[in-house]
Amino acid sequence: MESFSSITATAVPFLRQNVDTDVIIPIQRLVGTGRTGLGPYAFERLRYLADGSDNPEFPLNQPGYKGSQLLLADENFGCGSSREGAVWALMGMGVRCVIAPSFGDIFFANCFQNGLLPVRLPIAVIRQIAEETEASPGNARTTVDLERRVVITPTGTEIPFEVDTRKREAMLHGLDDIALTKRHAEAIAAWRVGDRAARPWAWDSVA
Amino acid sequence: MAKTMFDKIWDSRVVADLGDGWSLLYLDRVLIHDLSGGRAIREVLDAGHGVAEPNKVFAVPDHAVSSRPGRDETTFPIGEKLLKSLRETTGKTGVRLFDLGRPGHGIVHVMAPELGVVLPGLTLACGDSHTCTNGAMGCMAFGIGASELGHALATQTLPQRRPRTMRIRFEGARPPGVTAKDMILHAIGRLGTAAGTGYAIEYAGSAVEALEIEERLTLCNLSIEMGAKIGMVAPDEKTFAYLQGRDFAPKAAQWQAAIADWRAVPSDPGARFDVDHLIRMEDIAPQITWGTSPGQVAPITGFVPEGDAAALSYMGLEPGQKLAGTKVDWVFIGSCTNSRLSDLRAAADVIGGRHVAKHVTAWVVPGSETVKREAEAEGLHTRFLEAGFEWREPGCALCVAANGEQVPAGSRCVSTSNRNFVGRQGTGARTHLASPAMAAAAALAGALVDVREMV
Ligand code: SF4
Repeated sequence: MESFSSITATAVPFLRQNVDTDVIIPIQRLVGTGRTGLGPYAFERLRYLADGSDNPEFPLNQPGYKGSQLLLADENFGCGSSREGAVWALMGMGVRCVIAPSFGDIFFANCFQNGLLPVRLPIAVIRQIAEETEASPGNARTTVDLERRVVITPTGTEIPFEVDTRKREAMLHGLDDIALTKRHAEAIAAWRVGDRAARPWAWDSVA
Repeated sequence: MAKTMFDKIWDSRVVADLGDGWSLLYLDRVLIHDLSGGRAIREVLDAGHGVAEPNKVFAVPDHAVSSRPGRDETTFPIGEKLLKSLRETTGKTGVRLFDLGRPGHGIVHVMAPELGVVLPGLTLACGDSHTCTNGAMGCMAFGIGASELGHALATQTLPQRRPRTMRIRFEGARPPGVTAKDMILHAIGRLGTAAGTGYAIEYAGSAVEALEIEERLTLCNLSIEMGAKIGMVAPDEKTFAYLQGRDFAPKAAQWQAAIADWRAVPSDPGARFDVDHLIRMEDIAPQITWGTSPGQVAPITGFVPEGDAAALSYMGLEPGQKLAGTKVDWVFIGSCTNSRLSDLRAAADVIGGRHVAKHVTAWVVPGSETVKREAEAEGLHTRFLEAGFEWREPGCALCVAANGEQVPAGSRCVSTSNRNFVGRQGTGARTHLASPAMAAAAALAGALVDVREMV
């Protein structure tokens, strides 16, 4: 996983509710493309016109926003399918952080597996960041500091955000979950022995 | 203290407390499918881990297999690559694979309950968001992404943060024409697509107890469309009767021991949920979605509302327009929501000697090889074929359009699946979610229609 400590970038407002992972990356692109190489297809149904050229209406195509690391989103971002390709596609187009009032649960978990930071903030704050960004096009920068757990808006307002201690640690240091779990190998082995004795039916039926 | 079913299952599966609300949970079962399964095993092996407990992992190709009658693995070449990878990696690690054409093959959330892989009181994870479907068996089943899947395979455990609990009670008598699909679509429309985010939902109440197992699977299937990774129904005598004798259900003396354990799984009387909702069955009519999110839903007697201009423009609908009567081009009866035997019977029962409208392409895709064979044994396929429906091979097919089959751009499709997202059934495809009976009725009428007027 890529580690994450802090970024400073132009916040791209994409304030639509219920942006699902099918929209972030169509399934057809996942059949046959691996973890890398999805960037060009991120949001492809919104991002390109029928002839394949950039859709000028799509925020991430607009001057000053293209290639930004920071996306502002609305309620329930990343809902729907569990496809981790949605995270790979966003990261493939350069996004490292999404700020939204709420996220789809599975997408949220997938973000932390890859080093894309999902930050939950109230929609009013997100709108404020969007307004400050639009007020000075080209200059406004927002900072997301995971170390200090604050977002700093373009005008310098510091807004604290909550993040899971465990996930923050893993993200700051790029830790791998499997390695961490393997430290519990003895507990897992003991648990298995106990459960097998207590509920043999759960084991023998698939033995 | 009185405990909820969710709390009981969760607490009994904690291997280690990781602090901050996180636990390392033991996984009793893991399901994998063609879209991500082969790669997940490969990545685990490449990283130097093995598959920890291959006998608790079940693999099936469903997403990227053709549904064309007479298909084989070569019909959709991209899917063939995924299938080959699944065969190779499961063969190498000793994971059971339920291959095309054999009993046990089917959509992952159809075949797992059908085989008795999913049992009350267990935990189950799968790299698919509709894993919540399996909660209908009285277990804790949830969808995960590719990285978590690798973790599950390598360790048979997963670090998870404890969700909050929500109960949704359905009370009252079921009105005519109302199915489990209508119950859950109505709930999503009322509570919202993010209402369940961060929650494990238990569906309860007299109307849920009255549901058959296949209907409970439909109900739990759409939990994720309300934002909840987990949806569950308490196991009862119907659950036990459904499971008895299935391939991977406990046998002989262990069957009795299992039932004794399962009787302790339901929530205790007086157990407290963080959130409690009550839905009256009388308030529910047959549902149809009109937008591009499952929460954009209305009774079939309703009208297209104002508000989401982008959704309406995509769907080709005008605010104020009556939903019934809207011309339909395609009908898809299938998916892990509604492709079981009782769903196909319900759809066939609407036909009543009529024929699919001339301009409509209507597909019936049974959820599994077993469903297909059972349906054929009772002649359902003949009734569909004679009425002008196509009778196809099991798989996800038009639910997700990952197998080369798509609803054409601009076409309007009534679908028994669970997502009406932009492009879900194909670029530009317009999806209306509904029950199997409503979908069959639309195929015959060639338009959105109230199924109650067709029977
Ligand atoms: S039928 Fe649809 S929702 Fe179900 S597993 Fe397949 S693609 Fe997913």
